[in-house]
Amino acid sequence: MSNDIFVLIEHRDGKVSENAYELLGKARSLAAAAGGSVTALVLGQGVGNMASSLGAANKVLAVEGDSVAQFTPTGYVNALTPIVETGNPLLTLVPNTAVGIDVAAGLSAALKLPLASYAIGIEIADGLPSIVCQTLGGKINTEVGFTVGRGIVAVNGGAFAADDGRIEGQPLVETLSASGDAAGVVFKRFIEPESGDVDITKEDILISVGRGIEEKDNIELAEELAEAMGGAVCASRPVVDAGWLPKSRQVGKSGQTVKPKLYVAVGISGAPEHLEGMRDAELVIAINSDASAPIFGAAHYGVVGDLFDILPALTEKIGEAG
Amino acid sequence: MNIVVLVKQVPDLAEEFEVNSDGTELDEDCLSWVLNEFDDHALEEALHLKEETGGSVTVLAPGFEGVEDVLFTCLAKGASKVVKVGDFDVSPDSHSIAAVMAKALGEIAHDVVLTGVQSVADLDGQVGPLLGANLGIPHVSVVTHVSINSAAKTATINQEYAGGVLGEFEVSLPAVLGIQAARELPRYAPVSRVRQLMKTETIDEVACDVGMGGGLVVKKMSPPEVVGHAEMIEGDEDEVSEKIVAILGDAGLINK
Repeated sequence: MSNDIFVLIEHRDGKVSENAYELLGKARSLAAAAGGSVTALVLGQGVGNMASSLGAANKVLAVEGDSVAQFTPTGYVNALTPIVETGNPLLTLVPNTAVGIDVAAGLSAALKLPLASYAIGIEIADGLPSIVCQTLGGKINTEVGFTVGRGIVAVNGGAFAADDGRIEGQPLVETLSASGDAAGVVFKRFIEPESGDVDITKEDILISVGRGIEEKDNIELAEELAEAMGGAVCASRPVVDAGWLPKSRQVGKSGQTVKPKLYVAVGISGAPEHLEGMRDAELVIAINSDASAPIFGAAHYGVVGDLFDILPALTEKIGEAG
Repeated sequence: MNIVVLVKQVPDLAEEFEVNSDGTELDEDCLSWVLNEFDDHALEEALHLKEETGGSVTVLAPGFEGVEDVLFTCLAKGASKVVKVGDFDVSPDSHSIAAVMAKALGEIAHDVVLTGVQSVADLDGQVGPLLGANLGIPHVSVVTHVSINSAAKTATINQEYAGGVLGEFEVSLPAVLGIQAARELPRYAPVSRVRQLMKTETIDEVACDVGMGGGLVVKKMSPPEVVGHAEMIEGDEDEVSEKIVAILGDAGLINK
């Protein structure tokens, strides 16, 4: 048993993901509070050379082998299970991403360790971790502890500052051979997204539509506003899942991350997965019929009202102003 | 092809949530239960796979409030058979659901198990990967495309990452897939059809010990402390629009 903090480092194409720095920064303060150290777990081939960008960790455990050369849920879980079991850390931090979801649950089931997901806050008091999880679409925060005093935490993107973990250095590197295999899951290839007609990550003004737009034909109202302002239309996940706009226009966790000068969120409730993709917009104006929609916590200005009345009126006023 | 879909009912986000007096549970009187939208996508994808491969779609849901409505809705959408698993007094956590489903699947044939990638009620991880780990079969989450090769007993699937990048995997069956989005929007089941099926069809039941849960202790539930709530703009659509135009003008985003 240790008071160490383990951190799963997500990476692609030899580059450490932003979420890894967010986790490492938090891990440092948690390790200091618990009187332990930070171990970065990096799985892959030739991953030891990423260590210099992982200076926030006291130690880098490079886990190498064919079964982890590319991410697979089974390969990662089988390799990590004996490592987490032996190290028995106070906390294992995993990003709450496509990579982390399967790893966190797989480790929890294999090691009978509790798992707290959608974490946005972690504290340690009297040696015991306490985790704040974002639940019910961001409408309720749930603070939990572990019955056994230690466990696994799947951390939401953007919960902690990446700058706190982006530290150059030469941590101790220990290289291990991956145990187990990728049992039943074979990685074939990456498929890059088709580039769309508009690159929403380069637009200064975005009019973003969500479920509240109700029908495909209504997107025209947002198009007209975007045209009047010299911007582009983007969307939250339900609108893209419905096939009303192409995938290249999706903002959020599984879509694009945008940082426009103006982001007008129309009929978007503001689920955590959406906020992850637009929280760095300079000015956010939200229009929603639900006064308790979480988007109003992320916006600078808000309007509670009917978007079908407001969009045409706003388009007209902007036309007059221009 | 025996296709199994796991669904569950979750609190409707359209309701205002209230926390009970000791601050650790939602006030159940304020809740209404709806089918988890990602599970709806899993069912939709399963119905397409059934058309492609033949076979059946069996839907399993944990037994607690609202389960009948959810399961009859699944029947109305085209499920071959629906099963209520276990009997819970309160909304079960993901570990408990995965445990009872693993037991139920000991007796229910399954070549592939589809479920929603997540739900708004998940606190202790997601059901899909927990179930896969319990059963000792492969699990992949955030899946957006499923193609089944019945002869080879494999599925080719896409896993979705940030920025829309996909990873293509070949997965040996049986496996558990956490569905992010079906190939088409989930179909609609008319209420009249659901009501009709309630009279003519039955829900199978599998009794299960409801288990130990996920090892979390809820200390406190509360609405998030809003750090910087939006400054609200009041008025009718014309007044609101004028105020927004002024704000945009001040920010230099449009000509005043």
